[in-house]
Amino acid sequence: MNPTPQVLPKDRRDLGGPRQPLLIVRDLKKHFPLKKTGFGLRRERLAVRAVDGVSFEILKGETLGVVGESGCGKSTTARLLMQLTAQDSGELVFDGQALGAGLSLREYRRQTQMVFQDSYSSLNPRMTIEDSIAFGPTVHGVSRREALARAHDLLARVGLEPARFAGRYPHELSGGQRQRVNIARALALEPRLIILDESVSALDKSVEAQVLNLLQDLKQDFGLTYLFISHDLGVVRYVSDRVLVMYLGEVVEVGEAEALFERPLHPYTEALLRSMPSTDPLKRTEQAPLAGDPPNPIDPPSGCRFHTRCAYAQPVCAERAPRFHEALPGHAVACLRHEPESGYDRRLIPVQEVAHV
Amino acid sequence: MTAMHPETISVERAPVQRSRGHAANVLRRLLRNPVAMIAATVILLLILMAVFAPWLMPQDPFATSMLKRLKPIGTEGLPLGSDELGRDLLSRLILGARLSLFMGIAPVIIAFVIGSAIGIFAGYVGGWANSLIMRCIDVLYAFPSVLLAIALSGALGAGIVNALVSLTVVFIPQIARIAESVTTGVRRSDYVDAARASGASALLIVRRHVLGNVIGPIFVYATGLISVSMILASGLSFLGLGVKPPEPEWGLMLNTLRTAIYTQPWVAALPGVMIFITSVSFNMLADGLRSAMEVKQ
Amino acid sequence: MSDPMIRLRELYVEFNPPGKRIQAVNGVDLTVDRGEVVALIGESGSGKSVTLRAMMRLHPEKTTRYSGALEVAGQDVLGMGGGALSQLRGKRVAMIFQEPLLALDPVYTLGEQIVEAIRRHEPLGRAEARARALQLFERVRIPSPERRLDAYPHEMSGGMRQRAMIALALACNPQVLLADEPTTALDATVQIQILLLLRDLQRELGLSIVFVTHDIGAAAEVADRMAVMYAGRIVEEGPASELLTRPRHPYTRALLGSRDEGALRKGRRLDTIGGAPPDLARLPAGCAFAARCAFADDACRAAVPERRELGARHAAACRRLDELPALLAVRADEALPS
Repeated sequence: MNPTPQVLPKDRRDLGGPRQPLLIVRDLKKHFPLKKTGFGLRRERLAVRAVDGVSFEILKGETLGVVGESGCGKSTTARLLMQLTAQDSGELVFDGQALGAGLSLREYRRQTQMVFQDSYSSLNPRMTIEDSIAFGPTVHGVSRREALARAHDLLARVGLEPARFAGRYPHELSGGQRQRVNIARALALEPRLIILDESVSALDKSVEAQVLNLLQDLKQDFGLTYLFISHDLGVVRYVSDRVLVMYLGEVVEVGEAEALFERPLHPYTEALLRSMPSTDPLKRTEQAPLAGDPPNPIDPPSGCRFHTRCAYAQPVCAERAPRFHEALPGHAVACLRHEPESGYDRRLIPVQEVAHV
Repeated sequence: MTAMHPETISVERAPVQRSRGHAANVLRRLLRNPVAMIAATVILLLILMAVFAPWLMPQDPFATSMLKRLKPIGTEGLPLGSDELGRDLLSRLILGARLSLFMGIAPVIIAFVIGSAIGIFAGYVGGWANSLIMRCIDVLYAFPSVLLAIALSGALGAGIVNALVSLTVVFIPQIARIAESVTTGVRRSDYVDAARASGASALLIVRRHVLGNVIGPIFVYATGLISVSMILASGLSFLGLGVKPPEPEWGLMLNTLRTAIYTQPWVAALPGVMIFITSVSFNMLADGLRSAMEVKQ
Repeated sequence: MSDPMIRLRELYVEFNPPGKRIQAVNGVDLTVDRGEVVALIGESGSGKSVTLRAMMRLHPEKTTRYSGALEVAGQDVLGMGGGALSQLRGKRVAMIFQEPLLALDPVYTLGEQIVEAIRRHEPLGRAEARARALQLFERVRIPSPERRLDAYPHEMSGGMRQRAMIALALACNPQVLLADEPTTALDATVQIQILLLLRDLQRELGLSIVFVTHDIGAAAEVADRMAVMYAGRIVEEGPASELLTRPRHPYTRALLGSRDEGALRKGRRLDTIGGAPPDLARLPAGCAFAARCAFADDACRAAVPERRELGARHAAACRRLDELPALLAVRADEALPS
């Protein structure tokens, strides 16, 4: 979607100007303990390290794509950003104001909204469409009358005729229509940031394309910033200005979408891209880029977490955790191969077959 | 939250088409269920009978007569016979509906309110507060309900109010457990997360999003408890722990007629028949309600 | 050419739950040769999974009505009795599903499940069956197979479970493998491994595979031929490369257009097919796609289009196939910025 921040309509809520990132995420951590210990004498040791020190920035007016496999922590990250789950540690700074210090949670949640994957379970089955959309504004002091009027306007805006849909219940709508309602509900609070957590993944391709076009239009019209989480690399490449790659609870690479897709720096990103089916029967994939499944996030590998599956791994990778750094302008990666003086011997030729079981 | 975005299109206000709500749908399906409708009719008749008892009773239900003791069904002037003190059984059964229905329904309603409140609170709050509340509830739940009711009534002493209190205490844990599990399920749903993300307070979320989705299943469960309550209440009266004579109540009548089981078995069984009809009707209505609510939409 | 492995002629599948009539499959013609991989592609409600399940007659007998002809390995499946049907299922035709956790029994180890499946169809001892199970695990490339045979389904990762389910499906050396979205729930890096495995197995064992998916990319990796379904009918079928490079039917064109490299270029709007697929309980009279098709005319809405052979086993069901190139050119001109 269009990455140029200067065409954005001037937002009176803008504090730090276009250069200030809309959201800064600093060292976010969330571990889910596996065993509940009753009396706190014995320390819990086993935990799913869902998000393990994640830092990144979402720039104003951009679409930041997030990719990674199941268990990489992308959905937990979304819930942490929405503050539906409390983080163990880490900080969120929204437009220069730290959440909890300069910015109340209530105010933050008005400016940040989320659209979930499951269009059905994210709507209250006992509420009409208009009530679901109007609920948020009434929470923030808008009168019911005005909130309903706004709900009708938004329904029209997302392509659902208000007279036909406002009085309906979720089960009477198709998946695509329900997801439009969910988008309208997110917009009802006039947010600046919308987190789209696999929001189009459950839709059929032809419906998905309609919703992607809608999201693109809404972004222009309302001056929105998107965090777009998806496992579909093709769609992420299409919608994103920048892309963030996660592996086992960590960010391994961030860069401009085109640069990252054309010249991935991290071996995992490279493997992920090469795993995309070719769509050309004459140029079929001959060998799977990665063998096996991602390791268990309960007990992640030492050093670089990817070294167990990496075609370029050397002994040093098992010992030393790579530092996340900017290897090229605007393109950061956590890999010893790209880290100066990391002890990684770049003269050795990678052994592709190592990873094959 | 001030004006709308300028880009938002204002639309012509056409009349909004509205769908039937959930309650209306459930009612429609219930009305189409013949078994549930028969049960509902029986319950309605019983309630009408209890309300208009003074006008329906052919005789004074408290008037004793040594001469008319234990007359069989069909005796002149005593269509359903008489009890061991010569009182007209028909009149006593009609008046007995008042206390019996009251003892069946009232404890369940009170327990429904208190149990739902406890269960929804525990389910929504979760965490250690949930564990604490639910373990306390489990302690009460661990006792067999008959035993608990007898023990409580025994400790509090006989009487309608004490029987009511002990039955309520018996049902609170059962309803609270159902309420807690249903609420826990709803709490984890995405629409509750979406409501939290809109900045709504917990109380508002419970009121607007949780209550409507949990009250139905709890209500169905509670309806099924009415028959249990009636039987327990009758049992307490039977043991002399509930209603005291000479008030007519079906369980108590069953107790006093027990001695006549060999001389007038049909007359002695009549209060039991009333208890049976009433509890079966409530159970069938509860079943009908459950299937009317469970239909996948 | 030898006898086809699977032959569907004018297959109709209709579901009749109380008070309803859902026309899920509406006249499907399809043949699958021995050792051929055919992909059925379509969106939800297109009838692809219903067609697949019909090949094993898996739909509830009471509420399902089949008509037409359905032959697997020369046998008439629709007329089969219970005994013949259970001989068919598992022994000649096996099926793998999207979610192995639901298809595998959680209370038995994988080894036990495979041994049981083998012994159900063949008079083998426990030890022999277990040896065969071990071979199967090696064949689907499960690392440390001996140990994994004694694992329960929940103890394995998603990709390993999918491999185990394939091993279970292959237990009795079936000739046909029916795959219902087998890679949809998997991660990208695991999906490609399973696709390659299916391709290898097909080559090694000479299996016929029917592969149902909504993901054209996944289909392109394994399929020799593809059939595109819409509202319970095949609208176009042909060799994979032919269909992907020269789609003819307007629906196929639109479907492929949304996946095209060029279509996903940044800043460009996606070409979309407006509207939604028809309600299978109220199927329109003519071409089911007409309501969403930019080129439909009254004749399209009046009668279901005939299937037309386009040479080289390529066929499509559209009345205006010949006029389409011209119509498309006009549209492209109109779309040019003025």
